Amino acid sequence: MTDETLRFAYYPGCSLNSTAKEYDLSTRAVARAIGVELVEVPDWNCCGASSAHTVDPFLAFALPARVLVQAEEMGLDVLAPCAACYGRLVAARAEAARHPDYARRLEKATGRRFRGTARILNVLELLGDERVAAAVAGAVTRPLEGLKVAPYYGCLLVRPPKLTRFDDPERPVTMDRVLQAIGATPVDHPFQTECCGASLGISRTDLVVELAGRIVGAAKLAGAEAVAVTCPLCQTNLDSRQEAAAARLGEGLGLPVYYITQLVGLALGVPPARLGLRRHLVDGLGLLRQKKLA
Amino acid sequence: MATPNAPLVMKGGPAAGRLLAKVDAMSGTQVEACYQCGKCSGGCPLAFAMDYQPRQIMRLVQLGLEDEALASSTIWVCATCFTCTARCPRDIDIAGVMDALRVLATRRGLRPGDRNIGAFHRAFLDSVRRFGRGYELGLMLLYKLRTLRLTEDMGLGLKMLAKGKLALLPETAKGRAEVEAIFREAAEGAREAAEGARKAAEDSPETAEGAAAGPGRSKGAAGGDVR
Amino acid sequence: MKRVGVFLCWCGSNIAATVDVGKVAERVRLLPGVVHVEENKYTCSEPGQASIIKAIKEHGLERVVVAACSPRLHEPTFRRTLETAGLNPYFLEMANVREHCSWVHPDREKATDKAFDLVRMAVARVLKNEPLARGSITIEKRALVLGGGIAGIQAALDIADAGHEVILVEREPTIGGRMAQLDKTFPTLDCSSCILTPKMVDAAKHPKITLYTYSELEKVEGYIGNFHVTVRKRARSVDETLCTGCGLCQTKCPTKVPSEFDVGTGLRKAIYTPFPQAVPNKPVIDRENCTYYKTGKCRVCERVCEAKAIRFDQEDVLVEERVGAIVVATGFDLFDCSVYGEYGYGLYPDVIDALQFERLINASGPTEGKIKRPSDHEIPRSVAFVLCVGSRDEQKGVSYCSRACCMYSVKHATQYMDKVKDGRAYVFYMDIRTPGKAYEEFYKRSSVEYGVQFIRGRPSKIYQKGDKLIVKAEDTLLGRPVEAEVEMVVLAPAMVPKRDAARTAQTLGVSYDGFGFLNEAHPKLRPVETNTAGIYLAGVCQGPKDIPDTVAQASAAGAKVAALFSRDEMATEPMIARVDEALCSGCLWCKPVCPYKAIEARTVTEKVHGRTVSREVASVNAGLCQGCGACTVACRDGAMNLQGFTNEQVITAVDELLAGLRPACS
Repeated sequence: MTDETLRFAYYPGCSLNSTAKEYDLSTRAVARAIGVELVEVPDWNCCGASSAHTVDPFLAFALPARVLVQAEEMGLDVLAPCAACYGRLVAARAEAARHPDYARRLEKATGRRFRGTARILNVLELLGDERVAAAVAGAVTRPLEGLKVAPYYGCLLVRPPKLTRFDDPERPVTMDRVLQAIGATPVDHPFQTECCGASLGISRTDLVVELAGRIVGAAKLAGAEAVAVTCPLCQTNLDSRQEAAAARLGEGLGLPVYYITQLVGLALGVPPARLGLRRHLVDGLGLLRQKKLA
Repeated sequence: MATPNAPLVMKGGPAAGRLLAKVDAMSGTQVEACYQCGKCSGGCPLAFAMDYQPRQIMRLVQLGLEDEALASSTIWVCATCFTCTARCPRDIDIAGVMDALRVLATRRGLRPGDRNIGAFHRAFLDSVRRFGRGYELGLMLLYKLRTLRLTEDMGLGLKMLAKGKLALLPETAKGRAEVEAIFREAAEGAREAAEGARKAAEDSPETAEGAAAGPGRSKGAAGGDVR
Repeated sequence: MKRVGVFLCWCGSNIAATVDVGKVAERVRLLPGVVHVEENKYTCSEPGQASIIKAIKEHGLERVVVAACSPRLHEPTFRRTLETAGLNPYFLEMANVREHCSWVHPDREKATDKAFDLVRMAVARVLKNEPLARGSITIEKRALVLGGGIAGIQAALDIADAGHEVILVEREPTIGGRMAQLDKTFPTLDCSSCILTPKMVDAAKHPKITLYTYSELEKVEGYIGNFHVTVRKRARSVDETLCTGCGLCQTKCPTKVPSEFDVGTGLRKAIYTPFPQAVPNKPVIDRENCTYYKTGKCRVCERVCEAKAIRFDQEDVLVEERVGAIVVATGFDLFDCSVYGEYGYGLYPDVIDALQFERLINASGPTEGKIKRPSDHEIPRSVAFVLCVGSRDEQKGVSYCSRACCMYSVKHATQYMDKVKDGRAYVFYMDIRTPGKAYEEFYKRSSVEYGVQFIRGRPSKIYQKGDKLIVKAEDTLLGRPVEAEVEMVVLAPAMVPKRDAARTAQTLGVSYDGFGFLNEAHPKLRPVETNTAGIYLAGVCQGPKDIPDTVAQASAAGAKVAALFSRDEMATEPMIARVDEALCSGCLWCKPVCPYKAIEARTVTEKVHGRTVSREVASVNAGLCQGCGACTVACRDGAMNLQGFTNEQVITAVDELLAGLRPACS
């Protein structure tokens, strides 16, 4: 892309290794296509996700901190595509400042010293970066013309705003710009940063069916044909609970829920097979084929 | 249990402000600044499923009604989406307060106000402790087993297996031992904190202003069960 | 050694509860020079002051120390006491043992020690006091009133009615301000225009008032009684003396732009008066939007003007005026509601702010008083009024309460229910604040007689669903989430300082708070004065308030000016800087540090070794100097001294303190 290659410590997190493999595939594919180098954190562990912080603050700090320490050792900033991971990494850095003893306890337990020097980026922050955005715009070979996509940012990229300092917490625009850059049409809808229910998807399915219906329903009402997300929990909830939500609402939904990187990859000419587009529960390929985009 | 509308007796004294002080310190925020506008509840995507509204949880903390706050389903139904925190006009980190209350409830060994959600977190962290990374299939099986809902979501699970979304075998972090050590260190700290809280309670035995309607403590599960 | 009397005040329990005043008295008695010590429960009271006078006479006191509160509060009081007793009023020193000691220290013993130290230093200082005499300055009996809203108009009329000339400067093309935009006023619901426009006319026709509209304050120099102000009269592009106000130019002008006066709910022309009752009723050309200024073509207005009043080549004019007092009444802006992304202002056309609603219900507004929502010009069957948008919000807005929004929103809901009989009005509030005469009763009528529905809860989100707007909130009295489906939403924005309030304050040399509201000299006892003598405040430039309070404050400011103008001369404080010309090297480092521009260079001629030489020295303008002391610190030669606060006095006090700190080895 530009004179200097962008390199990041890549933290896929647990979900990108399993339920969200397509997010991993597409993120790596996009990075390759635009010349961003991703170096996987060698021995990463779970960030504690939506559970650790509910039982113990030190645990909630130490799990993501162990990942950050490794990035610091690599001398790189961290790219965390999963919004939940991103949120926990950002929170860990803030907590370290508030509790000086946490770093000491982490060192006692693991022998690793946390410094808090690595910057943490989410996927939209990367795609919104001036240089990256220019590279993407220049590399689009298959603009997603006519594809009406509802951007869905979810919670943890934009909140809490004091920690993430990314975009506007109520009316974010970065994903809209990315969608425009790849030729798709972003569709405005009122629930772009409304919560999907996160890990309640397993423990309180009933609640998530309600929330998923609200979000996908609003997107559909606004005229969207698909939803774009940046978080495995969001994707899983909106994708896997959509059928039940539609049943409850008594209306058809059927909006495929794509990772933004899948759409960018597609526009950059990455073969659909290498973007995991078959892995969706709400068929992800049919719409694209119908639009002659895949 | 007392009648639902029996007056809360405000006794004052050192115990009255203890919960507030604890929650403020843990969450790094000032719950006493809350003026009960309800913007948190109004925007909470899960308020419809809570027994107390988020605003009411702030009120319980202000008044030191610890037992009610810690036994509520609200603190477990909260998905920590930070909508409340981002909108609070008094700049209170409401989601952070929910975290603090969950931690306090866990340390006191209370049965979570929503059993399914509590069981999920336990199962999730068990999996992380064992493998260093999340193992979703194992987690789902363990969780559904624990909550005796094995058949629920069976169809979805099979579909996800078919789509390759669930790995059959767990993946492990090489540094599992380090992760294990982190869990041990956390448990150690939690035990100390619980011990400190118990001592403080003994020093001034009036737990809180509304000592009347308290939930029972679950048997077993001593404080600091960080798993 | 001079004979010193020390008066120790208890200030009720303010001092006595923390400081052992008796013990301080015992120790003070032993200080050199002190011949009399006494305690008083309230030294500032009549008996307290009488006992000072008595003591001065009985004990032949030559210097007085009062150990009490801050000199900012009662130094003038005790100076008068000394004067009454026949002493030079500047033979007084105050030791601030309240604000600097008893109020801020919890430990009685240490506070007592500190109180003694403070008194000890004051005694040392007072022995060095020199007699000082007040000077006097003449007063130019003309006033400048800045801002032609209701506050400025009222102040101008009151001053003019007292017989003094007033220059009323307004930035907009017309006077009238915010009140001119309003429909009706609470709690009496009298029509805003009916009570305002006659006052506008009075102001314009008053023989003592000169009106400068479309004009701005450019520069202020001088001091109380003697300000020199420069006003920029912006080019109207219309000769006001010729224009008859017939309005034909406005009718024929082809260019339409959103009207600022209608807050974007209506359109105006490029040549325009903001509203038909404008004063003066002479249009201005908005050069940014005028076709002629943009393309060099058009000139329709010029062609149709029978009075030949159009002047495309008119230029700004700078007018200089001499005035003795200035009333600042520059008003306010409204908080930008689009800061709340969750409320959709600026995104959904039917989410409007309260001033836009005023235009919608105003008979002379764009809809001629019919409540039609912007999106489709239909009458909304239900409206939500949302209070505190920006107010009382430390995260997204301002921490303070804007004071008027509860009442005008209640008024809006009432007016809506009056006009749309089968409508539904929801007011989302946190607290309804009605602390004014007949306000609470007005609030009650809104629900009892008009059926306005009040919901206690701050909305969290407003979004469009089909042709409805959904307002999500918690009904905090029920403890349940609610979603109101409405057809229009009216947000009540916080009152915030004018965008350029800080710049205005700097031009005037008055202080302002963290928000940009101008500071009064004392929140209770000097509410319309500023800390700069001769400059007074009226209206919302000082802080949010409603019309009754604004008018009351404006009249108060007018009365202050009239009182000032009741004399030909006024006394000046002698505690100002003085240059010892023999020591001054003429470096003039003092000049840039002076915030009042009171220091100038002066050439002195003197004989050195028989030769006549000229050299520059610093010179202090006694009228401008406010006695802040900045120059005395900057002076390298020690030539600059603040009278009554000399370098020697300060050093003596410090020496006294240090001597007390090392009793063992000294």
